[in-house]
Amino acid sequence: MTATPAVIDPPKTGRRPAGMESSSWISVLLFLLPALLLLGIFLVYPVISTLRMSLDRGLGGNFTRFVGLDNYIALLNTPSFVGSIVNNVLWMIFYTSFVILFGLLIAVVAMRVRYESTIKAIVFLPMAIAATALAVIWGFVYSTDPHIGVLNALLGVIHAGPISWLGDAGFVNAALIAVGIWGSTGFATVILSAALKGIPTEILEAARTDGANELQIFVRIIVPMVSLPISVLAVTLIVNVIKLFDIPYVMTQGGPGNASRVIAFEMYKQDFSAGQFGKAAAVAVVMLLLLVPVMVFNIRRFRSSSVV
Amino acid sequence: MSTNVATERIAAPAQTVSARILARLNKTPIHIALGIVAIIWLAPTIGLLVTSFRPRTDIQATGWWETLSTLRFTTTNYEQVLNAQGMGRAFLNSLIISIPSTLLPLLICSLAAYAFSWLRFRFRDTIFLVIVALMMVPIQVAFLPLQQLFRPFQLTQGFVGIWLAHTAFALPFGIFLLRNFFITLPKDLIEAAKIDGSSTLGVFRTIVLPLSVPALAAYGIFQFLWVWNDLLMALIFVGRNENYPMTVQVTTLLGTYGTEWNLLAASAFLLMFVPLAVFFSLQRYFVQGLLAGSVK
Repeated sequence: MTATPAVIDPPKTGRRPAGMESSSWISVLLFLLPALLLLGIFLVYPVISTLRMSLDRGLGGNFTRFVGLDNYIALLNTPSFVGSIVNNVLWMIFYTSFVILFGLLIAVVAMRVRYESTIKAIVFLPMAIAATALAVIWGFVYSTDPHIGVLNALLGVIHAGPISWLGDAGFVNAALIAVGIWGSTGFATVILSAALKGIPTEILEAARTDGANELQIFVRIIVPMVSLPISVLAVTLIVNVIKLFDIPYVMTQGGPGNASRVIAFEMYKQDFSAGQFGKAAAVAVVMLLLLVPVMVFNIRRFRSSSVV
Repeated sequence: MSTNVATERIAAPAQTVSARILARLNKTPIHIALGIVAIIWLAPTIGLLVTSFRPRTDIQATGWWETLSTLRFTTTNYEQVLNAQGMGRAFLNSLIISIPSTLLPLLICSLAAYAFSWLRFRFRDTIFLVIVALMMVPIQVAFLPLQQLFRPFQLTQGFVGIWLAHTAFALPFGIFLLRNFFITLPKDLIEAAKIDGSSTLGVFRTIVLPLSVPALAAYGIFQFLWVWNDLLMALIFVGRNENYPMTVQVTTLLGTYGTEWNLLAASAFLLMFVPLAVFFSLQRYFVQGLLAGSVK
C-alpha cells in the first residue's frame, strides 16, 4: 500500500519542494470534475439540505416553517422511534457478538481439516445473495405451517409449537437477528481465517508443549492475537446494523405492530407512509450522527497508516 | 496452515496404522461440528431450491425434507413467475439498472483515483479525506433532498435517477479502493512514460488501467452485486412499477402471496441466479471485492 511514499507524501504546507511541480489545472479538472460534481450534488448538498430540513416542520414537502429542534423532541416522544433505537441496540449487541464468535469458531475449527476452503465457501455463500432473497429463504424456514417451515416441523417432532417466529413480538427480533447472523458469519470467517494464518505456529506449538489445552490456547493466544481484525470487524458490523433496512422491511414490515422496527426502516416510514418529512429528516440526521464516530475512526486509521 | 497439519505431516512416517486410526477418531468431533455447520448454512437454501421445483399441491401437503426420494419435478413455478408475475420483465430491469450503475462508477472512480494518486494539486489530501468521510454517509440522508431534486426533471420516471444515485453513492468507496491500488503501481513506469511524451490521459489509459485490471475487476463485481441486490434505492428512485428490479418485485410478491411458496421460491431463485453464477465462476475476485467492500 505504501510502496512509493515519496510520491504520496506531499508536504501539507501547500508549498511544493523543487522538482514536484503541480499538474496543470486542466488535467486535474478533467480527471476530478465528474466525481466532484456527482459527489457535490448527490452527497454533500443533500447532507446539508437534510440538516436544514430536520429543523423544519416539513409537512407535505413544504420546508418553510423553521421549528428548531422540535422534530428531535417529537421523535423522543414517538414510541416507534424509541423502539427502533432499542432494536438497533439489540442488533448491535447480539448480531455483532455472534457473527464474530461463530466466525472465529468456524475459522479455528475449519483450519484443522482438508476441506477448509469448501466449508468457508459454504458459510460465505449468503454474502452473495440479496437480503431480499435471504428474507424469502428464512421466511420459509420460519413458516408456522409445520409442512413448510422446518423449524416448526422440528418442534412438532417433540410435540411442541408451532411458534409464530415472525408474528410474536417476543420472538421476532431474535428471529431476524438470527437471519442477519446467518448472512454475515461467512464474512467474519474469511477475515478471521486470514488473520489466524498470520499467527506464528511456533507460539502455538510452544503453548502445546507447555501443556496448554485447546481451550486455553483459544482464549489466551488466538483471541488476543486477532483482536485488531476483530475490532475492525466489529466496527464494520455495527455500521451494517445502523444502515440495516432490508431484512426487517421484507420479512416483517417492522411488525408485529412496531416490534421489529429499526432506525433505517423508521426513516423510510416517516418519509413515505407518514409524510412527516421534517421528522424523517431528523431520523436521517440521527443515523448520520451515529456514524460520525466511525467516520472519525476511519480517518484516524487512514492517516495513521501514513498514506496521507 | 495449522500446526496440527504440520506436525502430522512430519510425524506421519513413524505412525502405525492403529495410531493413524486413532488420530482420525480424535478428529471425529471436528468433522461432526463442521457437518452441522454445513447443514445449517446449506439446508435453508437447498430447501427453497427443492421447493421451487415442486408442484404447488405437493408443497402444501408435505415438507421438502420428507420427499427428497419421491420428488416430483416441475418448472411450472418458474414459468408462472417469469410470465404472469412479471419476474421476466423485472430480471431485465435489474440488468438495465445494474450495468450502467457499474460501468459509470468504474470510469469515474478510476479517473478520480488517478488524480488522487498521481497528479499534484492544492488541497488534494484534504479533498481525499473528505471523500473518505463521505463513505460513511447513509443513503437515507440523501432521500428527501434527492426526491425534491429529481421531481422537476422526472428522473425517477425512467432509469436515469437510479443510475445517478447508485453512481454517486458508489464514488467514495470506489475512489478510496482504486486510489489505494493505484499508488502501489511502480513510479518508474509512470515517470518513464511521461518523459517519453505521453499525456496525462495517455499514461492513465496505456499504463494505469491495464495494470489495474485485478482491482478494477474486484471492484466492478462488488459494485454490480451491490446494485443487483439493492432494495432500498430501488424503492425510492424507481418511480414506475414496470421499471421495478427483481428485489422490489420479490418483495411485492411476498406481500401479495405471502404463503404461495411455489411462486416465492422460484422468484427468489431467479433473483439469486446471477449472484450465484458470479460467485461460482469468479470466486476469487468476488471474495476480494466483498472483503474490500466491507468498509462501505
